[in-house]
Amino acid sequence: MTSSHGRGRLHLAAALDQPTVFDAGPYVELARLAERGGLDFVTLGDTFARPGPDALAVLSRVAPATSRVGLVPTVTTTHTEPFHVQAAVATLDWVSRGRAGWRIDVSATEGEARLFGRRHAAPAEELWREAGEVADVAARLWDSWEDDAEIRDVATGRFIDRDKLHHIDFEGAGFSVRGPSIVPRPPQGHPVRVVDATEGQARRTAARYADVVLVRAASAAQAAAVRDQLRAAAAESGRDPDTLRVLASLLVDLGDGEHAAEPGHGGGGPRQTAQGPLYRGGPVDLAELVAAWHTDGVVDGFHLTPVEPRRDLERLVNGTVALLQHRGLFRTFYPGSTLREHLGLARPANRYAVTGGASAS
Amino acid sequence: MTVRSRKEIHLAAHFPGVDNTTVRADPRSRSQIDLSSFEHLARTAERGLFDFFFLAEGLRPREHKDRIHDLDVVGRPESLTVLGALAGVTERLGLAATVNATFNEPYELARRFATLDHLSGGRAGWNVVTSSDAFTGENFRRGGFLDRAERYTRAAEFVEVARTLWDSWTPDGVSRPFAHRGRHFDIAGEFTVPRSPQGHPVVIQAGDSGEGREFAAATADVVFSGWGSGGCPPGRHGTRYGSLEAGRAFYADVKRRLAKYGREPGDLKIMPGVGVVLGDTAAEAQERATEIRRQQVSPQNAILALEQIWGVDLSAYDPDGPLPEIDPVADSVITQGRTRRGDTVVIAEKWRALSKEKGLSIRETVIEAGARQSFIGTPDAVAAELEEFVRRDAADGFILLPHLTPGGLDEFVDRVVPLLQERGVFRTEYRGSTLRSHLGLERPEDRGRSGRSTSGHPSNPDDRRGRGARCGERRRVVSGREEA
Repeated sequence: MTSSHGRGRLHLAAALDQPTVFDAGPYVELARLAERGGLDFVTLGDTFARPGPDALAVLSRVAPATSRVGLVPTVTTTHTEPFHVQAAVATLDWVSRGRAGWRIDVSATEGEARLFGRRHAAPAEELWREAGEVADVAARLWDSWEDDAEIRDVATGRFIDRDKLHHIDFEGAGFSVRGPSIVPRPPQGHPVRVVDATEGQARRTAARYADVVLVRAASAAQAAAVRDQLRAAAAESGRDPDTLRVLASLLVDLGDGEHAAEPGHGGGGPRQTAQGPLYRGGPVDLAELVAAWHTDGVVDGFHLTPVEPRRDLERLVNGTVALLQHRGLFRTFYPGSTLREHLGLARPANRYAVTGGASAS
Repeated sequence: MTVRSRKEIHLAAHFPGVDNTTVRADPRSRSQIDLSSFEHLARTAERGLFDFFFLAEGLRPREHKDRIHDLDVVGRPESLTVLGALAGVTERLGLAATVNATFNEPYELARRFATLDHLSGGRAGWNVVTSSDAFTGENFRRGGFLDRAERYTRAAEFVEVARTLWDSWTPDGVSRPFAHRGRHFDIAGEFTVPRSPQGHPVVIQAGDSGEGREFAAATADVVFSGWGSGGCPPGRHGTRYGSLEAGRAFYADVKRRLAKYGREPGDLKIMPGVGVVLGDTAAEAQERATEIRRQQVSPQNAILALEQIWGVDLSAYDPDGPLPEIDPVADSVITQGRTRRGDTVVIAEKWRALSKEKGLSIRETVIEAGARQSFIGTPDAVAAELEEFVRRDAADGFILLPHLTPGGLDEFVDRVVPLLQERGVFRTEYRGSTLRSHLGLERPEDRGRSGRSTSGHPSNPDDRRGRGARCGERRRVVSGREEA
């Protein structure tokens, strides 16, 4: 067993998804609410398969209206250009001053393939292997500028030290990228990469490249099993498993106010539904569930998707989070300013830097 | 709307960003990356009631002599993401970005612009450019390159598909399936974004060539031109009268082309990219312009500019000495990632002639030949000139190219805008909330499921460079592709 039981800080995140909303206002409002609760980050899903705005654009709009909360849009890797994706994520990190994450996802349907007309649908296994390559190439491009590449040297007239910009010469199975990036290394070095590894096909990519892994699990045992598997796989690929944060992903319906969790929810635990594991009950019982799973070392935290965004997020922040704070289980303010700091993850060294000068310059 | 006796000027600002346009030796120079720099410029443009703010695109740092070019400001954030953030710190200002049609796919890009249009309440604009550049292609799945003719057919079809997608939802919010089969794209399905506040984000076209003009007449809402049809900015080659006349000729030529696409002259705004240098006296403005040019062309930069023309290593030459006696190498690839600039042999001859005529050193020749401050003078004189160019149909407005990040617009907004307002040729408040309303463009009607394909294809791909080359090396830099 590789788990470090219940020792880590508790991490909380919330989804802002409101599929029929295209104006900025409601997203800004919810993100600010999440920030008021001290949440690590908010997510916004994205797919070409259903109506909804470009998630990264929405969160770039949210960035100047918030100051601490992490911003994690989904950006898919199947029909997009890896170079553009990494540049957009790096830019989100710049405009948010170090609060960007990227939830990596694939486009598996033939319907999505027809929107682009460049390739046919492919098996999930293959798409996730490619997603891993995109995650890899993105990190290389983020590193392709060393932190101190910009020198503005008056004497020699040089703006950059070109020895600190690097071609990456990446050759993947389906694409190649020469580099370097056009965007200087983002504030976090690497924006936080997030993968939902509930499906087995995504797990290898998650263990290898993700900083945060989401697992839709209806029971503590199931969540713990996936977490152990991910930590073992991370160790196998040469990573320190403690650089991985595994969050249980739940739908939450707090519409019943302070009433106890519905019978059949397993004593306040979640229940499997067609949309994923759902917790339905009051904010206080949800706090109990969060505290219990975290203390038992089942997960490092929770990613919660409100069923009724405004109502449930408000109850989550004012009820569940407030209670966890009161019990000393969750932060009452942000001690750091970047998403990596919220998650307790170090700023990565630059793989291309010759000296140790790449960290936190 | 009342009938105005005077033609109103439209104003936009281009983020100076990268390249040696941006003077970084100035102590007031700040980051070209931080949001605070973009915010300052955008807020200043909005304070000045500008139509829009405009970001260029970079897809690969330039290389010179097989090494990454290190003399100029380089590195920039991705434009659409920056504009998303700027939508949150401005209220009325149009927000435009250059995005390449060669290394993107219509579905995704149309979606990103439609999203920006929603998030900004109808302020999005897209400068469509194409690339023929295999060097840039090395960063993309598509790879490779397109020959020049293919670039314009792809761009035309790209814009047509984007508009089909933007039109695919009914105004009352019902998604309708689309299908498009053409030479470059064969796609079908449903769009994920409802019709945006402007219906169609504003489409801008940069470039003065024959194909570019035809593409603009068929498709664009705004032309971001060099100076007229190869005309040169005032205060440079030739006379101010010469550039006014060249601007008038370009303007008339482009507007004349609109009719065959069933469009009115007012449907397309012509906005040349210009620099402005102000002073309390004409002499002081000239002095400042000269100093800016010296800052832009360092001794090292002068040699580099020369190498780009001559196509060989000239590092042994003294920037303060005479031009090389040797002849340039045609079709050299010494510099990668920079827009081609026509016949280098011809340019080299001109530079030699210029150097001989005026007794100029290498650096002085580069400064003289590449100058592009367009309007140099007192605020009164500049306001009068801007008005004259618009009144006499050499332009509908201007895209300012400031040379300083982030303060490069401050003086213009503080000193020239009020004079334009006094003259009654520039708005004193925003009348509408969308970029289309600022530009006086109609909101496109819903073309519906069957009535698409209004865009034409450039039918006359002649006149490759127009008369552009005589303006020297810098003029195409304004195409927003300086790094790509």
